Amino acid sequence: MNPDERASAIEALAITREGGTLHVRLKGKWTLLTPGRPSPSVVQAEFSREGQLPSAMRIDMTGVTEYDTALITFLLKCHDLSMTTKTHFDFDSLPEGPRKLLVLATGVRVVEDVRPHVARLDPITRLGWWAKGMADEIISIFQFLGDCTIALWKLLRGKARFRWSDVWLEIQHCGVDALPIVTLIAFLMGLILAYVGAVTLRPYGGLIFIANLVGLAMVREMAAMMTGVIMSGRTGAAFAAQLGTMKVSEEISALRVMGLSPVEYLVLPRMIALFLMLPLLTLYANFVGMFGGLVIGMTMGLSSSQFIHQLTGAVDLTNFSVGMIKSFFFGLIVAATGCLRGMQCGNSSAAVGLATTSAVVSGITCMVVADAIFAVIFNTLRM
Amino acid sequence: MPEITSSPHISVRNLTMAYGDFIVMRDLNFDIKHGEIFIIMGGSGCGKSTLLRHLTGLMVPEAGSIYYDDLDFTKAEEELRNQMLHKFGVMFQGGALWSSMTLAENVAFPLEEFTDLPPEAIRETVELKLALVGLRGFEEFYPAEISGGMCKRASLARAMALDPEVLFFDEPSAGLDPVSANRLDELILELRETLGTTIVVVTHELASIFAIADRAIYLDVATRTMGGLGNPKTLRANTDNEGLRLFLNRGMVGISSPHDPATGAPFVVSSNPRRS
Repeated sequence: MNPDERASAIEALAITREGGTLHVRLKGKWTLLTPGRPSPSVVQAEFSREGQLPSAMRIDMTGVTEYDTALITFLLKCHDLSMTTKTHFDFDSLPEGPRKLLVLATGVRVVEDVRPHVARLDPITRLGWWAKGMADEIISIFQFLGDCTIALWKLLRGKARFRWSDVWLEIQHCGVDALPIVTLIAFLMGLILAYVGAVTLRPYGGLIFIANLVGLAMVREMAAMMTGVIMSGRTGAAFAAQLGTMKVSEEISALRVMGLSPVEYLVLPRMIALFLMLPLLTLYANFVGMFGGLVIGMTMGLSSSQFIHQLTGAVDLTNFSVGMIKSFFFGLIVAATGCLRGMQCGNSSAAVGLATTSAVVSGITCMVVADAIFAVIFNTLRM
Repeated sequence: MPEITSSPHISVRNLTMAYGDFIVMRDLNFDIKHGEIFIIMGGSGCGKSTLLRHLTGLMVPEAGSIYYDDLDFTKAEEELRNQMLHKFGVMFQGGALWSSMTLAENVAFPLEEFTDLPPEAIRETVELKLALVGLRGFEEFYPAEISGGMCKRASLARAMALDPEVLFFDEPSAGLDPVSANRLDELILELRETLGTTIVVVTHELASIFAIADRAIYLDVATRTMGGLGNPKTLRANTDNEGLRLFLNRGMVGISSPHDPATGAPFVVSSNPRRS
């Protein structure tokens, strides 16, 4: 506080004691933008001075020329002070406007225990809460998988209740509508693989072997994986957002109170659609990727018949089925994580956002883990 | 017109509701008679909607039981439970219409799932139900294309699709203008008169409460249990529960402001509180 401000502060506030009454006189401008407003602590300091508390507080604001929230805040603090020290607070001395606001602000008693406990917890307690949260999470995942299994079993026995029209709609959304993006990504994957191959193989004069590289990499790994990642970002996220929003707007509750299973009605059609479409898209991506490789091969001087001959020699049915088997599982993983996160969604728009993010993250993570497991299995089987 | 018979339609016994460790309400005991309009009332956050979620089976009680016509709903096996659920109709707070379906499809859905009616009969029923809530001609609209109030009414049409024995309303008049809210109240009364439906309404709209309620339960957030049960007008006159009296008088009892004798200020006490 510079001297000028201090001076104006002293001018704005004068406190005197007359007998047991503390007179607080306010003067001048009391607005939020007034520099050097006196703080309520000045009054507090005056309270405890002379070792004896005043029995009443009287505020005189006849000298105030202009005021806004700043003044009311000050008055409220003074009032709080009088409440804690059991001093009489003289409302009558205030003009009508500020008095009414102050009465409103102090009319309802402060409820102490309504605020959620956000006290800092010690690390052990936090660890405990975290573990409890994880346990709940794992239970809910298993519950969901159990529900899915039951629904699937009902489907196999022809007893599942859902609408085939929903399945067709989802098939369109996650199959046909995904073709352009899958085409682009798969083509570029084939192209990138061909370039990488060329860098290594050209010095040895084995440029033709980029056909082997592109072919094998696409059918065994890249087509299934990249399609899975695309579908996780595209469809898994959409599933989570759709189901999450349905949860927020109580549409899922509306199904439940009719005795209909949301897992059968909402999850099953999406699972079926993705289980069928992801392998088909993978198959398509295989060919587009190889075509990408072919284009690069031809720009480097290989003939197309050479390339295709080399390619068909390199990719046999075993390699091909490795990728296709994986793609079925990737379809299930993407659909399950998307639907799981959607069904777990909380009751707010922020929760829908979290559910969507989490669907993509867990979808891709589970897929990579599954891919690693498959790599071990296929290696053991010498496939 | 059907009369209110004395045998309870819904009985709630020692119901305790909780979210995890947090007890919302404990030891609720009340009966709802056939054909009665029963209101669940209370301040914000007291657990009104939670009670409704228990009555409709969306949440499982922490303790206690709920009986429908002497059948234990809480312990019912899946098949019996589903049969009981088919006798319910629920109008959710925000409507909860399935957003991927048109209004007609929404209303038709329960009919298609649970009846063997031919498509023509379903179509006519849907038209009738939508007409009852004043939405004739909106069959082919999607929920996103109509207003919030219309969504609520369409939701009621869906709830009525299977001619339920019990209709539940979650805050029916929330977000409606006074005229629409009043029309909805009239519709509720009409439904009881003509179909004898038992009606359970969660609300804190005093106008609605006094207009339609036969009896009401007040959930007291301070004690976390029932704070009063009976006809709201009688309750207003006779209750000992301070919270309930404030609630039914819009807070116009007991809060006085010695500092401000002027009238017209928002915090000033009204005259004539009917105190017991």
